Amino acid sequence: MPYCLATAEPAMPDLLADYPLTLGAYHELFDADGQVRPHWRLLLERLQRSSPAQLAQRQALLARQIQENGVTYNVYADPDGADRPWELDLLPNLIPAEEWQQIAAGVAQRAGLLNAVLADLYGPQQLLADGLLPAELVFGHNNYLWPCQGVQPPGGTYLHLYAVDLARAPDGRWWVTADRTQAPSGAGYALENRQIVSRAFPELYRDLRVQYLAGFFRTLQDTLARQAPAGSETPLVVLLTPGRFNESYFEHLYLARQLGYPLVEGSDLTVRDAKVYLKTLAGLRRVHAVLRRLDDDFCDPLELRTDSALGVPGLLEAVRQGNVLVANALGSGVLESPGLPGFLPAIAEKLLGEELLLPSVASWWCGEPPVLDKALEQLDELLVRASFPSQSFAPVFGRDLDEAQRAELAERLKARPYAYVAQALAQLSQAPVWQPEEGQLAPRAIGMRVFAVASAEGYRVMPGGLTRVAAEADAEVVSMQRGGASKDTWVLGERHAGGEPWQWLRPLGVADLVRSDPYLPSRVVENLYWFGRYSERCEDGARLLRIMLARYVDDDDDPQALQTALSLAESLGLLPDADSGELQQRLLEALLGEDWQGSLRGNLQRLQWVAGSVRGKLSQANWQALLELQREAQGLSSEQADFGELLDFLDRLLLSLAALSGFALDDMTRDDGWRFLMIGRCIERLQFLCDSLANFLTSSAAQDQSALEWLLELGNSSITYRTRYLASAQLIPVLDLLLLDEQNPHAVLFQVRTLLRSLARLGERFELPSERRLKHLEGQLARFSLASLENPLFGAASVQEVLDGLSGLLESISQASADISDRLGLRFFVHVDASQRTQSS
Amino acid sequence: MSSAFYQILHDTHYRYASPVSLAQQLAHLWPRACPWQRNHEQQLLVSPQPCQRQDALDVFGNPLTRLVFERPHDELKVSARLQVEVLARPALDLQASPPWEEACTALRYSGQALLPGVLEATRFRFESPYVHLKQVFAEYAADCFSPGRPLLAAVDGLMQKIFAEFSFDAAATQVATPLLQVLEERRGVCQDFAHLMLACLRSMGLSARYVSGYLLTQPPPGQPRLIGADASHAWVSVFCPQQGWVDFDPTNNVRPALEHITLAWGRDFADVSPLRGVILGGGSHDPEVQVTVLPIPAI
Repeated sequence: MPYCLATAEPAMPDLLADYPLTLGAYHELFDADGQVRPHWRLLLERLQRSSPAQLAQRQALLARQIQENGVTYNVYADPDGADRPWELDLLPNLIPAEEWQQIAAGVAQRAGLLNAVLADLYGPQQLLADGLLPAELVFGHNNYLWPCQGVQPPGGTYLHLYAVDLARAPDGRWWVTADRTQAPSGAGYALENRQIVSRAFPELYRDLRVQYLAGFFRTLQDTLARQAPAGSETPLVVLLTPGRFNESYFEHLYLARQLGYPLVEGSDLTVRDAKVYLKTLAGLRRVHAVLRRLDDDFCDPLELRTDSALGVPGLLEAVRQGNVLVANALGSGVLESPGLPGFLPAIAEKLLGEELLLPSVASWWCGEPPVLDKALEQLDELLVRASFPSQSFAPVFGRDLDEAQRAELAERLKARPYAYVAQALAQLSQAPVWQPEEGQLAPRAIGMRVFAVASAEGYRVMPGGLTRVAAEADAEVVSMQRGGASKDTWVLGERHAGGEPWQWLRPLGVADLVRSDPYLPSRVVENLYWFGRYSERCEDGARLLRIMLARYVDDDDDPQALQTALSLAESLGLLPDADSGELQQRLLEALLGEDWQGSLRGNLQRLQWVAGSVRGKLSQANWQALLELQREAQGLSSEQADFGELLDFLDRLLLSLAALSGFALDDMTRDDGWRFLMIGRCIERLQFLCDSLANFLTSSAAQDQSALEWLLELGNSSITYRTRYLASAQLIPVLDLLLLDEQNPHAVLFQVRTLLRSLARLGERFELPSERRLKHLEGQLARFSLASLENPLFGAASVQEVLDGLSGLLESISQASADISDRLGLRFFVHVDASQRTQSS
Repeated sequence: MSSAFYQILHDTHYRYASPVSLAQQLAHLWPRACPWQRNHEQQLLVSPQPCQRQDALDVFGNPLTRLVFERPHDELKVSARLQVEVLARPALDLQASPPWEEACTALRYSGQALLPGVLEATRFRFESPYVHLKQVFAEYAADCFSPGRPLLAAVDGLMQKIFAEFSFDAAATQVATPLLQVLEERRGVCQDFAHLMLACLRSMGLSARYVSGYLLTQPPPGQPRLIGADASHAWVSVFCPQQGWVDFDPTNNVRPALEHITLAWGRDFADVSPLRGVILGGGSHDPEVQVTVLPIPAI
């Protein structure tokens, strides 16, 4: 190898040394004579010229970028680790310009045709009346939405975004294997792949004059902005996601950022007066268009699937009245049946007067008796699929069946023939993938998803797409869900004018500075509020449990102290009542109960759940602390619980919860969301303190020293007390510390004042009425004199009277704070005017 | 008697455990127009006062009232007050209908153009939210559908079979009881029997729709009291290419005539439920529903 002598680097081995040319398949890289196709030569030369180390470096760069973006991906991952990192091959698939033009023309034609079919199905239904399309395939489809019949979308556009899956047969022609019409996924992944792969090969990317993707996304923005019924307002477009548990949530997040749309969930939107609004902390903001990633029938629980918690009640009526654009139009999923493509050639003839440019993989819809017979005859060569997504029927390869299974399948088909489609097997082409371990290229089966977007001048096709790669060397199916990988798709040659690269890294200047999110969704704030409440609730509950457990373990210590603690816990709903079993069982239930509503474990789970929904607002350390908490709580079992171990757990839990409140104070941006978190903590603590003290003061334990000891512990104030008084607990100093001490964050007065201050600050920003009731109660509490408990003139009875009065005041404060919580919820989270509360007769 | 007059009171009362802050309700409480029924008077009283109220027709031609509440409320009362005249329907010879297989063939895709009536009927031939199609339903119906039997006679046979083999049991089911369970336990209410009969007919390849309405509560002298009184009632209607739509009530083994008051029809209960809504808040709540059907003198 003389040409290597000049360089110190190790020579690149022959990349194609072990590249089997499978017979009968189309090779993207080689022609029929085994020659490298011309459009691959430059890439191959460059690869061959670079050193293995360089390629390894590129591979590392790519992996690092996925990792970095994967940070965003994993941020919202569920704790079970169901999310996988995105698999992306280093090498793009290459397609020459002239070949692409044919594909693009075919895809654009098909998008336009399908749009026309939708307009007919949700309009005059002439195709059905004429016998060009079976009613079975339409009315039998669960995504044909009857309530959408007659609804006219703006501009007659049903499909704003369309995707089609293509496979290449041995003769080099591309065939359609599936249409994606309701909420096509993958365009965001295609853009993300482009961003990463073009950086791995910047020179090649330039020299091959790869066509840009930016125009496609700009067209999408233009179309939605143009068609959104915004009148003279600037249109607000949102991207509607099913939420963080959706498999392609990363793409929703990514697309929302790239397109500059707020990413929202169904509960972020509300319909008032048949108009759609985004609930933000600052109030309701009119939404003019919804780019949805939610399935058709889930979009409106009022008129569509009633069991959908992901949709927006009333959305369909807003669409019907022309007040919002939904892309794609509701009900467009009806076209995703594999039975449809067989009817498209005749429909194209009828509606467009054109021949269909892209052929579909041959299919036999079994709804016609002669077709069913034919399909049964050739079952061995066919793939049988359900016509409708509502069927629980996984695709079956005829050749995999034995005699009995064949007979069973035949029976099934005959019973309801229209619900099945037999398809010829799609043949896939082979493209080279880079194998880092071997330092070689190897062929893998690929399929390509291509995207079209509606524009003012018909459909525009993204010059590129998402190439999907089979997981195994001999696999015949490509599917991201089955562990396949992806490739960037480079369309070579002519770049269109105006197609400057998508601005991934626009330099940010002073004008771009953001101090607060203008679209901070109410849901996020509400979850932060409840995050505050649940973390405090867990802390309070854990402290009370620790008190009870400790006294239960030393049961000869002071039975009355235990008894009063138990009755307090019962009245606060933190301990199952005495009828529910032995005390030991009740304590275990209170701590670990799976079914009992008030258990600490239950509250920890709720804390975890809300934390998950505000994950983006928590620091990594904060999140880790929470996960740790959860893991520990899950690890405890009530069967083999040892009380010493449980006490130890409660100690550690209280430490972790203290860390959580520390994070909130020190770690979070002090924006509006943070303010609500702190108000949540404050209200929760105030209610707990008031309820506990009110209950305590009216019980016989008020003068009991050991009961006063645990009361201090409950208020986390034992140490302060001991430092100050160097004495055992007595009523007057204990009450001073827990009621009136303005410096003790566990004192009622301290929390009342904190709450009033926070509300006043909120009121300055959002015009809230001033909090008269709580202010009044604060005055009463501040004026309360502990001296009235000294030297009682009229004996013990008068002391109890004073304590009862105090208890009543505390109950009023607790009630006032609960009312405040309700009012904040209505005003900022639900957005209804509570002052207009309707009382029915 | 060529017609009957009725006064109908249908009250729905929700008392919510906690206040409802926002609510949207869809009501199918006004009778639709049909050739055998005249609606003389109709009122829908709603309390509290909705922020918006809008009357329209749904996609199946039923009157639909949309109610929107945007203020907190603790209860909701919806009261329908109707005066309806039911006319006698033309006599029908069940044996004179075509063989049932012919009806199936007419409804099946053949590549030929469809008459508007047949196309309309195909809306009601497939699965719908409460009616899933399974082989067991076709098997259950099979002995009623012997080869060549006139369609309406076969459907009448199926109605009789359901009536004979199932017992009416108001405690047995809820709206969401799966049909397979109803079939297995052989008990249910009118809604279950209607859904079951729809599942059987559609599994056979026929078009059939769900009809919601009311039934006369006062038994005529000397006749047994009909089940389903004092509640909404439901039955089915089957499509016959020659005779059009023909009603059958499997709960009472009768073909609806002067004692059945038609409210609405659709693919199943989901399309025509009397009051369907989405509320925010409310806690647990079950509505109190009272239906009264009074025969009245001619207006």
